[in-house]
Amino acid sequence: MDKYRCSICGYIYDPEAGDSSSGIPAGTSFDDLPDDWKCPICGADKDQFEKE
Amino acid sequence: MQVTEIKKDIYWVGAVDWNIRDFHGYSTYKGTTYNAFLMLDEKNVLFDTVKHNYKSDLLHRIRTLIDPEKIDYIVVNHVEMDHSGSLPEIVEIVKPEKIICSKMGKKNLIDHFHREDWPYHVVEPGETISTGKNSITFIETRMLHWPDSMFSYIPEEKLLISSDAFGQHFATSERFDDEVNETDLMYQAAKYYANILTLYSPLVRKLLKQVEELGIDIDMIAPDHGIIWKNPGKILQAYSDWSHHKGSNKALVIYDTMWHSTEMMANAVADGIQAEGVSVKLLNLQHNHRSEIMAEVLDAKAIVLGCPTLNNGLLPRMAGFLMYMRGLRPTNKVGAAFGSFGWSGESVKLLNKAMEEMKFDIIDEGIKVKYVPKHDTLKECVELGKRVGKAVKKALAEQ
Repeated sequence: MDKYRCSICGYIYDPEAGDSSSGIPAGTSFDDLPDDWKCPICGADKDQFEKE
Repeated sequence: MQVTEIKKDIYWVGAVDWNIRDFHGYSTYKGTTYNAFLMLDEKNVLFDTVKHNYKSDLLHRIRTLIDPEKIDYIVVNHVEMDHSGSLPEIVEIVKPEKIICSKMGKKNLIDHFHREDWPYHVVEPGETISTGKNSITFIETRMLHWPDSMFSYIPEEKLLISSDAFGQHFATSERFDDEVNETDLMYQAAKYYANILTLYSPLVRKLLKQVEELGIDIDMIAPDHGIIWKNPGKILQAYSDWSHHKGSNKALVIYDTMWHSTEMMANAVADGIQAEGVSVKLLNLQHNHRSEIMAEVLDAKAIVLGCPTLNNGLLPRMAGFLMYMRGLRPTNKVGAAFGSFGWSGESVKLLNKAMEEMKFDIIDEGIKVKYVPKHDTLKECVELGKRVGKAVKKALAEQ
């Protein structure tokens, strides 16, 4: 599964780690993140992310 | 204020704003400064500018040293208007060979000033440029506290020009940490961290680790606001402590009140907290500015919120405070709530919901009182305070 980088703050979404701050379990692919998921660091929308 | 040489051939040329009291909603009772620095070398470099209405101060100070047209590079460490507001006029006068900024810096400068034609020079994280006898290494610090933020490090002088990080809103005629009262300085630095950086604490921890791993030698930190640190160890340690949100043996009772019922409850809760040997502060939102309260939240372990119900909701001052605190994302706190009501009584539920969203450890369902508390209800409030005090001690013992 691909990692994605936030183009605003540089945070990297790693599917193997998930995002515990938003209750996203480990193993969730970027595509499977809910549409209203936001960058846990800067709050940017999902469409601000680019594939690493 | 006088131009000050902070390192050999590197000068403070900024401005002191003695009068500002509201900095986009942050109370600045001690004013602030907009620090800009001029390095004289084979290439003369200006680091940041000042807020728009202080551009003449900046130009005057530059002119006491050199003709502004002799500046070759302008470094923009941070695009926010208090540091870039003078940039269009300064660029016109200086006609710099390069405007040095991060990748996001260029984007954000164009979004602010709409000048595609400026001579931008985008630096990569870790890139070094020579200015003659000195050099500048750029350290990208995205979201500390804007996407464009970066530091400029001058290894020959062991000087870190740190943009907004390590700053304070503190207007003084002195420029250095060893010239001012240390308690006042550290309070302003803590208040700045609390109101600007709390939500970026994970990035602060990462940056401090990165600086340690890079092994860069720093003997002075010059932020864009306030006092310059000749003793960087003190502020670096403070940032490390603050960024861990550990809290201390301290609880806050933050409340608003209509007819003093919630205030009576607040006093009783505070008595209970104190009875457990935990330091407590009563903070009435009518008398304490939200940014002063956030400075207290920084090292508090427990936050107890009190608010009566108004029109099925919260009093607007409490609602506004919660909006502000939630955005700053304090973590690792014990929480509890209380409040009086007349007929519907939603406030405690709403306070608990806000604290749940902030992932506070809510230790009690809270106490609601109809109209005016009786002696027995106040005793319950004291007991709630004691439970908060015990939870603080337990949480501190476990971490």
